[in-house]
Amino acid sequence: MNTANQAYQKQLRRRHAASSLFSAICLLAIWFALFMLALLLVGISLKMTGIWDPTGSGSGAGSRNWLTYTFLTEHMSRKPEQSGMIAGIWGSLWLMFMTGLFSIPLGIGAAVYLEEYAKNNAFTRFIRLNISNLAGVPSIVFGILGLTVFARMFGMFPDLPPRGIPLGIGVLKISIPFGKSLLTGSLTLTLMILPIIIIASQEALRSVPQSLRHAALALGATKWQTIWLQVLPASLPGIMTGIILALSRVIGETAPLIVIGAATYIRYNPGQMERVSDYLLKPQTLLDVPSSQFTAMPLQIFEWVSHQPNPDFKNVAAAAIVVLLLVLLIMNGLAVYIRHHFSKRLDW
Amino acid sequence: MNKARHPLSAKANFRRLFETALYCVLWLCAVVCIFVTAAIIFVLLTESVFGLGENIAFFQKVSLKNFLLDTEWAPQYGEGKFGILPLFVGTLWVTGIAALIGLPVGLASAIYLSEYASPTARSLIKPLLEILAGIPTVVYGYFALIFVTPLLIKPFGALLGIQANTFNALSGGIVVGIMIIPMVTSLSEDVLRAVPRGLREAGYALGATRLDVSVKIVLPAALSGILASFLLAVSRALGETMAVTIAVGIQPRLSWNPFETMCTMTANIASMSSGDSSTGSIEYRSIYAVALSLFVITFALNIFSQFILNRYREVYN
Repeated sequence: MNTANQAYQKQLRRRHAASSLFSAICLLAIWFALFMLALLLVGISLKMTGIWDPTGSGSGAGSRNWLTYTFLTEHMSRKPEQSGMIAGIWGSLWLMFMTGLFSIPLGIGAAVYLEEYAKNNAFTRFIRLNISNLAGVPSIVFGILGLTVFARMFGMFPDLPPRGIPLGIGVLKISIPFGKSLLTGSLTLTLMILPIIIIASQEALRSVPQSLRHAALALGATKWQTIWLQVLPASLPGIMTGIILALSRVIGETAPLIVIGAATYIRYNPGQMERVSDYLLKPQTLLDVPSSQFTAMPLQIFEWVSHQPNPDFKNVAAAAIVVLLLVLLIMNGLAVYIRHHFSKRLDW
Repeated sequence: MNKARHPLSAKANFRRLFETALYCVLWLCAVVCIFVTAAIIFVLLTESVFGLGENIAFFQKVSLKNFLLDTEWAPQYGEGKFGILPLFVGTLWVTGIAALIGLPVGLASAIYLSEYASPTARSLIKPLLEILAGIPTVVYGYFALIFVTPLLIKPFGALLGIQANTFNALSGGIVVGIMIIPMVTSLSEDVLRAVPRGLREAGYALGATRLDVSVKIVLPAALSGILASFLLAVSRALGETMAVTIAVGIQPRLSWNPFETMCTMTANIASMSSGDSSTGSIEYRSIYAVALSLFVITFALNIFSQFILNRYREVYN
């Protein structure tokens, strides 16, 4: 009896030890991921200041802070000390703006249709299947789609002169095919983030309680009035969070832009804008933006990492990465803030 | 006749028209998704399988047999060799290494978050993992090239007596593995948490330890969902472009040594399309053939994981 009890106690201790060990291993997995995150952030910051250089390359001049004010205001250069990322910053901002312009209405519209109108039939299920598959298509395939459909238009229109649409303040030039322009880039990225926006908006719409819809309909509101005045405002925080996360994908995405042929080395801002005031004082600049060639922050990073032989450009790239990550951090923080701020207020 | 009965009918008719028009607009928004899928398939097929107009498609010049079985990818020399095997093997190396790192670490993290972590710990860890998920892939490539290769791969290679290349499949695989950790974690955690509490409580009531409950009850119950999350993560790793272009390199070579530079299917597309190959040339067409192969593989993985997930959802609802 006693020995049986002892044996049982021993086995119990072993089982608990195994359990503790397992939890330690699982915790270790999380720490591994977080350690890598820390190493990435700290390492790149140190590389930017030239303090730490694991590659052991770079001239002695590499040891300085590369993230200076002029780095943010200058154009790219063949000399690392004179390089700047202003064209990429403006390119990324315009890309985000135009992609948002196309993808937000389209994405929310599709989500509203699927959640509020669609009957649960084979066609709806087919749409849903398409969306979840598009979400898994590699981004580079979207790049090929954009290259063929937008940038070249299947080669069907050989070198037509650009069409001008007079808009009072200037002429909006659209060349057919769209070429390597911001328009091509933003349309391509629109298709890429569309599934993300749709899925996020669908979840937000689904979280609005049915009672709200029933109440509005019972008061005589039409279907659209119910959606526009009740359901959409209530689901707005969730939708906004999804949109911000999708747009931060746009900021960080490189591969599709490379495929459509966006410039990696360019020395002017979208629309040949020199100063911000140009957009106001010379409206033609603003209208030239969609048809303008462009670069984006991640493209510049790629150029500096992979195509420039001078090892000091690796430090320039580190500085650009810090800028890019800061922008993304701000956007993510905004998303988290919106989610927390509004989820407290709207507690169903 | 409506008018006589209903003074508001003009307004109501307008409303009805407006609502119908809106319905059509929203329907179009949703149908765009079908068009996008169709356009992807159409574009990939026109340039690789059948030519549009007088264009000659890739597979009309290069036979499928050569494409699949040739061991060399050298489009620029002479007639050009278009064997996808080197690219496929490069992709396999990167994806395999990534899966070896990302899947177990991601799953263990998910188990910790769903079975062990307190709500406070979870609310702290999840945003951090989201940051990891939000880092652009070009940054991961930089991280691999500047940090992983010199700090980890080169010493490790020296230990084994192998000279590691600056660009190597191992570093690319490692960073892609890190990249898919958050994805595996969040997808797997969702399916683990979907396992009913009652199952866990029954286990505890029978005297099971946390290990027993996690491994013998929760994991088997969530197995199909976890498998689906693994498949999605692998498909993400297959389609990853920038990190591998920067870290693994762009030299197609059939190699069994992960310390060497290689080229994946995605990196090949990126390097070929940003290169000087003129549109209409066979080199240019070849990116469509590679993209088609990539699309078919990821498409199959996605469909399969969707299928598993849908079946799984039915179990507990």
